[in-house]
Amino acid sequence: MSAQGDLLHVVTQDDISAQRARFGRLIVWGSFALLILVAGVQTLGTQGVIAPIADNWRPTLYAYVLWAICLCAGQVLVRGEQGKRVLFVLPATLFVVSMVVFPLLFGLVIAFSDWNLSSPDGRQFNGWDNVVQMWNDPFYWNALTNMVWYTLAILVEYTIAFGLALLLNSQIKARKFFRVAFLLPLMLSPVAVSWMIGKSMLEIRFGPISRFLREIGVDNVTFFGNPELARLTIMAMDAWTFIPFMMIMILAGLQAIPKEVQEAAKVDGASGWRGFWEVTFPLMLPVSITAILIRIIFKLKLADIIINVTSGGPGGATDSVTSFIFREYRDRSNVGYGTMLAMVYLVIIVIAMTVLMKLADRWMRPRY
Amino acid sequence: MASEQIFHDHESDLGHKAKWFTSRVLIYGILIVWAIICLFPIYWTITTSFKMAPDVMRGNMVPWLDYRPAWLGWRSLGLSPETIGAESTVREQFLQRFFNSTITALSASTLAVLLGSLAAYGLSRFSFKFGFMRNQDISFFFLSQLILPPVVLALPFLVLYRELDLLDTRIGLILLYTLTVLPIVIWIMRDQFAGIPTELEEAALVDGLSVWRAFATIILPIALPGMVAAFILSLVLTWNEYFFAALLTSTHANTLPVMVASQTGSQGISWWSMAALSFAAILPLIVIGVILERFIIKGMAAGAVK
Repeated sequence: MSAQGDLLHVVTQDDISAQRARFGRLIVWGSFALLILVAGVQTLGTQGVIAPIADNWRPTLYAYVLWAICLCAGQVLVRGEQGKRVLFVLPATLFVVSMVVFPLLFGLVIAFSDWNLSSPDGRQFNGWDNVVQMWNDPFYWNALTNMVWYTLAILVEYTIAFGLALLLNSQIKARKFFRVAFLLPLMLSPVAVSWMIGKSMLEIRFGPISRFLREIGVDNVTFFGNPELARLTIMAMDAWTFIPFMMIMILAGLQAIPKEVQEAAKVDGASGWRGFWEVTFPLMLPVSITAILIRIIFKLKLADIIINVTSGGPGGATDSVTSFIFREYRDRSNVGYGTMLAMVYLVIIVIAMTVLMKLADRWMRPRY
Repeated sequence: MASEQIFHDHESDLGHKAKWFTSRVLIYGILIVWAIICLFPIYWTITTSFKMAPDVMRGNMVPWLDYRPAWLGWRSLGLSPETIGAESTVREQFLQRFFNSTITALSASTLAVLLGSLAAYGLSRFSFKFGFMRNQDISFFFLSQLILPPVVLALPFLVLYRELDLLDTRIGLILLYTLTVLPIVIWIMRDQFAGIPTELEEAALVDGLSVWRAFATIILPIALPGMVAAFILSLVLTWNEYFFAALLTSTHANTLPVMVASQTGSQGISWWSMAALSFAAILPLIVIGVILERFIIKGMAAGAVK
């Protein structure tokens, strides 16, 4: 995007009267004062200094929303044309900041406390206890290692997705049918998938996949009995839903390659396998890297299937970090410890993704 | 008059044809196998919802040939022909969840597309400075939300919503869902707006339209396909969302995935009713996927190809 100056140059005459500007400032600061006032009264109410005005924090929320609206309106009133431009970005920014930054700060406070939602004591600040507990929690480290395995499975998914995209891009009939059919798994909810495939089709006695395996001579298949096999099964189910995603991104990349390039390669005698490795694949590198990075981001959120099919078992072999924290909360309703685990996970993710993106950047730069 | 063929295909040419033929067979073979892998679970779910207990146990697959279809699964949801007229608490429940899912998914996607398009347009046309943040940084700030795993926000929101009395309400879910799909919408729309030449608005501005009028009357119609793509992608993601819904709702604002998940444990497993329920949960998206496939593909391809 343009780093200097607007792409859209407009010179407009703004004659903002002093009165209008004053009114703009007044509503912004007035609503802000109201917000502070309401929040203050509510805080005093919870401390028991005065009688509480409501049994929840809704009034503060309403005051906050009012302030946000006044802030947006004030921009236009005070700054005229420039304010109208800010108005494009301001609502989204306010929304994200209030929905992410505040909860994250709040989460930091929770992370350093012992807070069992079902106990009457409420929040107890406990310093680094949660960190110590986390350090000694073999299940958390196990979940983190599992995430590495799950992430590595993306390479296999990528290979399959690339193959399918190549096939869809070749001269075939009924391309539309195949495209829709291949896309469908992505549309299905992971919860339904975990029932349809995980519970029903993999049922040991009469699930069609187990029967099929028995037909071809594999006996005693227990998909979720053995840790490695259970992890592989989860990977396969997750891959089933998300391969279409990578496939479509790669397909779009393939279609963007000009036909002339491949024709030129063919004329030069690079056909089939060599043509792919020396022409198509390098050209597809940027798209591939984008697809893989986005897929990694989605993979790191993996939880629904695990929660519903194995709930982490056997012995934590299939646990992802998210499903582990989910159970940590469900079983012990320990908000403090769970939040600490999540925060540590976030830090690890941010570091890992930054490193990956830096590496990808270096990779994507053409090397002539 | 015996005519003799003078020109013969060379050996190597014939080999070429055979090779072409095998490659065709191989391509279609793989395509069909993968299509079966993709479609069979859906087929299995539909057929299971019409099976009776012995049919499930025997693993019969083809209706009418292997077994006689019955309305067992749908009757347990109160949606079979005999029960559709009668009162049914299960159906009431199911419809309420369905309604919750629809409302949450639609409102969250609408809100996200609205906020996201505006932000993406602003970022692609004007240069901003919020403190040290310039356009690049603001864009990155929005897109970086994609990395944020839901689990990080889940517990703080649980506590916050409890204080705000927003637990188990649809509005609470809508706000969170909007947040989760907003980066994707901005990602897609940024690409859309970057592809529209600024001369269009310049002409409109010269003609005396304000920035917002120009946006609404000139740019929006052009960017509409992209917005539809973003909307549908958001719809898919929000309809299927389970993690937040499982944590933040209990009775009133439950969505369909939560209902599906909560059935698996209780009273053994009645395969037919689970199949019916799962199928009802995925049906809307299958319909959307088949009809609006090109929008979905367009949306997902937007970020990939620059």
